[in-house]
Amino acid sequence: MIHQYQQNGYNIVLDVASGSVHAVDIVAYDLIAAYLGGDKQKVVDEIYAKHADQATKEEIADLYDEVTALKEAGKLFAEDNYERIAGTLKARTSGVVKALCLHVAHTCNLNCSYCFASQGRYHGERAVMSYEVGKRALDFLVENSGSRHNLEVDFFGGEPLLNWDVVKRLVEYARSIEKAKGKRFRFTLTTNGVAIDDDVIEFSNREMSNVVLSLDGRKEVHDRYRVDLAGKGSWDKIVPKFQRFVKLRGGKNYYMRGTFTHANPDFLEDIKTMLDLGFDQLSMEPVVCDPHDPSALTEEDKAVVYQQYEELANLMIQRDREGKPFTFYHYMIDLTGGPCIYKRISGCGSGTEYMAVTPWGDLYPCHQFVGDDKFKLGDIWQGVVNKEVQDQFAQVNVYAHPECRDCWARLYCSGGCAANAYHATGKVTGTYQYGCDLFRKRMECAIMVAVHRELNKQ
Amino acid sequence: MEHIKTINTRDLCESAQNGGCGECQTSCQSACKTSCGIANQKCENND
Repeated sequence: MIHQYQQNGYNIVLDVASGSVHAVDIVAYDLIAAYLGGDKQKVVDEIYAKHADQATKEEIADLYDEVTALKEAGKLFAEDNYERIAGTLKARTSGVVKALCLHVAHTCNLNCSYCFASQGRYHGERAVMSYEVGKRALDFLVENSGSRHNLEVDFFGGEPLLNWDVVKRLVEYARSIEKAKGKRFRFTLTTNGVAIDDDVIEFSNREMSNVVLSLDGRKEVHDRYRVDLAGKGSWDKIVPKFQRFVKLRGGKNYYMRGTFTHANPDFLEDIKTMLDLGFDQLSMEPVVCDPHDPSALTEEDKAVVYQQYEELANLMIQRDREGKPFTFYHYMIDLTGGPCIYKRISGCGSGTEYMAVTPWGDLYPCHQFVGDDKFKLGDIWQGVVNKEVQDQFAQVNVYAHPECRDCWARLYCSGGCAANAYHATGKVTGTYQYGCDLFRKRMECAIMVAVHRELNKQ
Repeated sequence: MEHIKTINTRDLCESAQNGGCGECQTSCQSACKTSCGIANQKCENND
């Protein structure tokens, strides 16, 4: 299977199964499209009739042979024979947990109406995680991590800074055991910024391999949803704190992470605001909510969002040229060093290698399932006891989604988000089509930028 | 005249031979939290 598209003056051909990417001229673009439609003579005649002003018949015949050589080399029209190994990685790592999302605070000092976690409470009571529960969660992770060296822990909420002392003590505990256990912890903090102070900055910049800072961009956009309990916007309060945080981070990873909604499908303006504020590691996510929610993106928004994604790609290229590059999470693509095929077909890892832990120690397949009791897997003392639910997640892989079989982007998304699929279709093996449409657009843009960078290397 | 420029990419078929160590980051960990993509991840196989 191949996928062809034209963007920003480039004609791009992707070979799905091999992962090959070809930048071609219009003659080759049309020839590749026609290649499987007939024998050499027929294809050459057809392309010559169309492009006689650009290539001789002999040239087109040579080009046909070049395409044949790429096919024989497995770089065009390669067959997807990976289904037989689709369960391999999960089977090989069965029972291994390597990443936890620690819900250290099911409470929040903001009251954002679009919050998927219903203002941090996940449809339940307000709660914070005790040190003892957090410590046991880390022990559970180490005990169940098998031979994995890299362990990932996210401090998440709600708002994790509302339980900051416990966060610090848990990091210190993890550091005290990692050497003896032969592990390396990578911590991430996701925060709305309200409670950031110098202690948070100093500690996080030393210990957190990544910090995710929630900012929706323009002040009026941000303050529409991200308000305090009195209904007052938080932009003025948090932006100077984020700027100080990032300035002192010394080059370590961070993301300014925004959400765009029906109120701002023109989210590129929010990206530009973040750039103007001095941030250069950015992420903007489409809101995930009930389709009847007023903030939900509509079909009419989609064309606007597509256009924004294209303009964002062009902006990245422009900023590269100006010596002011920035990263956008969904356009980060490493064509030469990205994930292997096992990773690309095995799904996101939720419910198997990745789980969320509630303030009281219950385990869920991921943060997005927390609060839905039927998905409770067990707890950090007994481990996973609800094997039936875990089996559902263990069987999720790219080939478990019927719609993915005909999708060119399947090896870039690995079948998509199980929670989005469940909320859209009632099944974790379903697909959230709106999200798929946006994902495909993002991948086209990301690959175009990568092609541009490769072809314009100094 | 060059009609086709093949960009250097990781050969996925080949990665079936030496991949699958599982050390890489869990897909939506540490960043987006509301969507899934693996294209932006790094391979961490040090063998």
